[in-house]
Amino acid sequence: MPDFYTAEVPKSPRIAKLVAHLFEKMPQIEADRAILLTESYRKTEGLPIATRRAEAFAHIVRNIPITIRPDELIVGSATKSPRSCQVFPEFSFTWLEDEFDTVATRSADPFEISEETKRTLHEVYKYWGGKTTSELALAYMSDGAKMAMKHNIFTPGNYFYNGVGHVTVDYGEVLAIGFEGIAEKAREALKNCHDGDADYATRKAFLDAVVLSMEAASEYAERYAVLALEMAKTETDPQRKMELALIANNCANVPRHGAKSFYEACQSFWFVQMLLQVESSGHSISPGRFDQYMYPYYKADLDAGKITREFAQELMDCIWVKFNDLNKVRDAASAEGFAGYSLFQNLIAGGQTAEGLDATNDLSFMSITATMHVLLPAPSFSVRVWNGTPHSFMIRAAELTRMGSGMPAYYNDEVIIPALVSRGLTMEDAREYNIIGCVEPQKSGKTEGWHDAAFFNMCRPVELVFTNGSEWGEQVGPKTGELSEFTTFEKFYDAYKAQMNYMIELLVNADNAIDLAHAERCPLPFESAMVEDCIGRGKPLQQGGAIYNFTGPQGFGIANMADALYAVKTLVYDQKKYTIQQFADALRNNYGQPFGPVQSEQMTLQIVKELDAHGRTPDEKTIADIYARVRDNEVPTSKKALYDQLRADIDELPKFGNDEFDVDLFARDVAYTYTRPLQNFKNPRGGIFHAGLYPVSANVPLGAQTGATPDGRLAGTPVADGVSPAAGRDVHGPTASCNSVARLDHGIASNGTLFNMKFHPSALKGRSGLEGFVSLIRGYFAQKGMHMQFNVVSRETLIDAQNNPDKYRSLVVRVAGYSALFTTLSRSLQDDIINRTEQGSM
Amino acid sequence: MEDYLNVRGRIFDIQKFSVHDGPGVRTIVFLKGCVLRCRWCCNPESQRYEIEQMQQGGKLKTIGRDVTVGEVMDEVDKDRIYYAYSGGGLTLSGGECLCQPEFAEALLHAAKEYGYSTAIESTACAPIDTIRKLLPYLDTYLMDIKHVDPEKHKAFTTRDNGLILENARILAKEAKHLIIRVPVIPTFNDTPEEIAAISKFVAEIMPHGEINLLPYHRLGLDKYAGLGRPYTLDYISPPTDGKMQELLAVAEQYGLQAKIGG
Repeated sequence: MPDFYTAEVPKSPRIAKLVAHLFEKMPQIEADRAILLTESYRKTEGLPIATRRAEAFAHIVRNIPITIRPDELIVGSATKSPRSCQVFPEFSFTWLEDEFDTVATRSADPFEISEETKRTLHEVYKYWGGKTTSELALAYMSDGAKMAMKHNIFTPGNYFYNGVGHVTVDYGEVLAIGFEGIAEKAREALKNCHDGDADYATRKAFLDAVVLSMEAASEYAERYAVLALEMAKTETDPQRKMELALIANNCANVPRHGAKSFYEACQSFWFVQMLLQVESSGHSISPGRFDQYMYPYYKADLDAGKITREFAQELMDCIWVKFNDLNKVRDAASAEGFAGYSLFQNLIAGGQTAEGLDATNDLSFMSITATMHVLLPAPSFSVRVWNGTPHSFMIRAAELTRMGSGMPAYYNDEVIIPALVSRGLTMEDAREYNIIGCVEPQKSGKTEGWHDAAFFNMCRPVELVFTNGSEWGEQVGPKTGELSEFTTFEKFYDAYKAQMNYMIELLVNADNAIDLAHAERCPLPFESAMVEDCIGRGKPLQQGGAIYNFTGPQGFGIANMADALYAVKTLVYDQKKYTIQQFADALRNNYGQPFGPVQSEQMTLQIVKELDAHGRTPDEKTIADIYARVRDNEVPTSKKALYDQLRADIDELPKFGNDEFDVDLFARDVAYTYTRPLQNFKNPRGGIFHAGLYPVSANVPLGAQTGATPDGRLAGTPVADGVSPAAGRDVHGPTASCNSVARLDHGIASNGTLFNMKFHPSALKGRSGLEGFVSLIRGYFAQKGMHMQFNVVSRETLIDAQNNPDKYRSLVVRVAGYSALFTTLSRSLQDDIINRTEQGSM
Repeated sequence: MEDYLNVRGRIFDIQKFSVHDGPGVRTIVFLKGCVLRCRWCCNPESQRYEIEQMQQGGKLKTIGRDVTVGEVMDEVDKDRIYYAYSGGGLTLSGGECLCQPEFAEALLHAAKEYGYSTAIESTACAPIDTIRKLLPYLDTYLMDIKHVDPEKHKAFTTRDNGLILENARILAKEAKHLIIRVPVIPTFNDTPEEIAAISKFVAEIMPHGEINLLPYHRLGLDKYAGLGRPYTLDYISPPTDGKMQELLAVAEQYGLQAKIGG
């Protein structure tokens, strides 16, 4: 008999009510945090930065409005309105001011903002000019990096404009000793601060900041205790009155002190989770191994007869709903790249203990059940799979997959643990990894992983090979040679590698500039207090306080580049069917097909500039004419025939994703052009760079900025996501697709790889469908694939949802390393999901 | 290389990740040529042994290629890991694999050498000695019984069912694992009486045996047009779920382990 309970626990009627309340109205932008932050900053000019940050945090949490929503059992809301957001001017703000009038109507992630809030923020923003992390980061960047960013080779936008987030703190420690216990640790450390220490000043300031943050955060919870008691006084429903009294009791004890029950542990956990997102605007603050650190409290209560499984499940369901109460407004371009209002709060179940034993327990199963009960995009729910994972756990996870919300994502211990060990983690720490955000592994409570450091578009450097490094009249990359010099494929490939190496170094430059800006302007004492060894070292995460430090920027477009380079090799050099010049000409002319809006605008702009330079400034009508001609891109018939033939020939070539050994090995090599050079660089926190291979949802907007590629892909269309084959190119079924993707080297991409698959619901029908599906995952993982995620929804359903969004408000789909409500995604991202290859079964 | 790997035969398709034709994850190899001409056949391109052309998606496609067992196994072996996790393996379908008995035997022999589970989907419409040669290498025999009435059988498949029923009796004793499959075809065998007659026969030769009722579907319809052949069952539609449940209950009355689908 397994020592865990696998049966489903029923859903409380409360959950539907909580969800309904959450989605009653549009998300709002609220100004309270920005006002309080700025008040505090005005008073602390000239003090150490750690002090200023802690004072500001304390001022915010002592004064920000608090609310207890109807029917809640777990309380703590960062905003008055549900699903709304605060803003964080210390990181960046001009974009929001620029978008005040469009943020409510834009296609990706709209937010309402009142005129009052606009006026208030406008006043607040007057303080912040020149003081943000993004301004300092820009000042630190090299000219080359800025040029590469202007040309969209990569974008470090995430941390450039926002907090870093991307952390899993030591929740278990807070549950055990409370904020008071952590403050006590800091006070102990202060005793070891000697006046003569070289780092006395920064260490003392930081430790004081920790003590203040812990105190203020405890007071924040106690404000809820007071509020709950007040509400209980006037509450007429006796049941709710009792619930409010319980809430008051909990908030009076946790998180200041250690949790005495599972219910208190749940409440304590939630305060940590939400307060981290009040301190900074970083997303992907991931709860990690909830089933592990919560288990002792559950087990103790269950054994003592103090809790029923039903109530434990209800509390977990309440937390699952609560994850969706947090929100964040991003600039319009980033919103496209992280579409779906997601905060990427990744919660993972199953896997191994530090000793290497199976870690599955009741809460692992109840986490699956909670995800089934709530069926909302958050938390990003994941499961760990290893050779010893119980079959019953896999089947239950597969049942969740079959529900179609794109969860869980599956992660392979057998690849991730050795990959982390190869990056310097101890075996014990590696075995306890969890996932941050989309797909990024780390050891909780010990890591500042900078996991989502940038998006690097692997297709853009090949465009530069064809143009000798120049674009729109500017020299963006190195001069890697005229086309006529590429007499062999090796020379052509070397030119690609040279462009890659150059751009990777610039990416590192940009990331390190941003890293330093965060260290100087936005250290986070509250977050740092819960990650080892910040207190011991006396410095925040942002300045190297963590045990493990990494920077992980993501490359994407591998499938396109593998297919593209393979096409050039075969058609130009092996078969000699086309010259490299013909290829270049076809790409420049988008294979004779119309251009997308981004390219059309760029080219029009170039022509207008040229005309201007010759003193022939065109009027608006002429510009519109130029635009239309550029867009329609009519080419002479003879050329059109050549382009069509070329595309047809490319189409016939074998493609990555079809279990063709040679093509797959080629793709493996292409991936190395990104993953290998990157690992030679260091970050300012003393850690190394390591690659991820996943795109979040940036493959769509960044694809829009990418010209035609030699794999037959047209300008402006999406680039392949993650390590998945290009959409519609893998046509030999799911096992062939898996075998191909597993042939990449996943271990070197220790910041995570992302493999998307889409199944028709019929493929998972019945027990045999589930069993087959589980075998597919096991088989992919046995061949050293790292991650898999699935959309199980029919093409017809998605198209119907596009046309009748009102019918599908609750349809949750997998985007990249996260799920989102389908109808909230932009049209182009919806199309990208629809166009992914759909796998069936016989 | 072992001799059986060099045996040649004619196939027209290989399909992977099948989870409904035998245990676990399976690869199905479709052999070309069949003795029957079932009017509902969803793989009409399988019926003739000759290599032929079929119009598909606006392109003319050649149906049928001659390959060695070794070549087939190279492809089938790509999914070995999934067989290992699921207890799956190779399934021969068609067409009718018994029309190429040496090739079928060699394929099954190879599959056992590679460590897979094996299955065939077959009409069993061949001399019993031909079938017996396969049995040492065969784990699961998925055998069609379409009707117990010889006349009606002949009217819809061009052959009567004498040999098939006789072989079924023998296979019930000699095959390692026999599963009877009944394609449920409106106007042919979809009345409770007809399913009862089949179930009765199965229960006699194999008490508590397994029977799968496979609802008629029209997925092969375009192929008839692609081959320039008439489709003579235009007037029928797939049975409803309710109808299938009713027939399932009939089969269960005979003590059989019955299910809908494979």
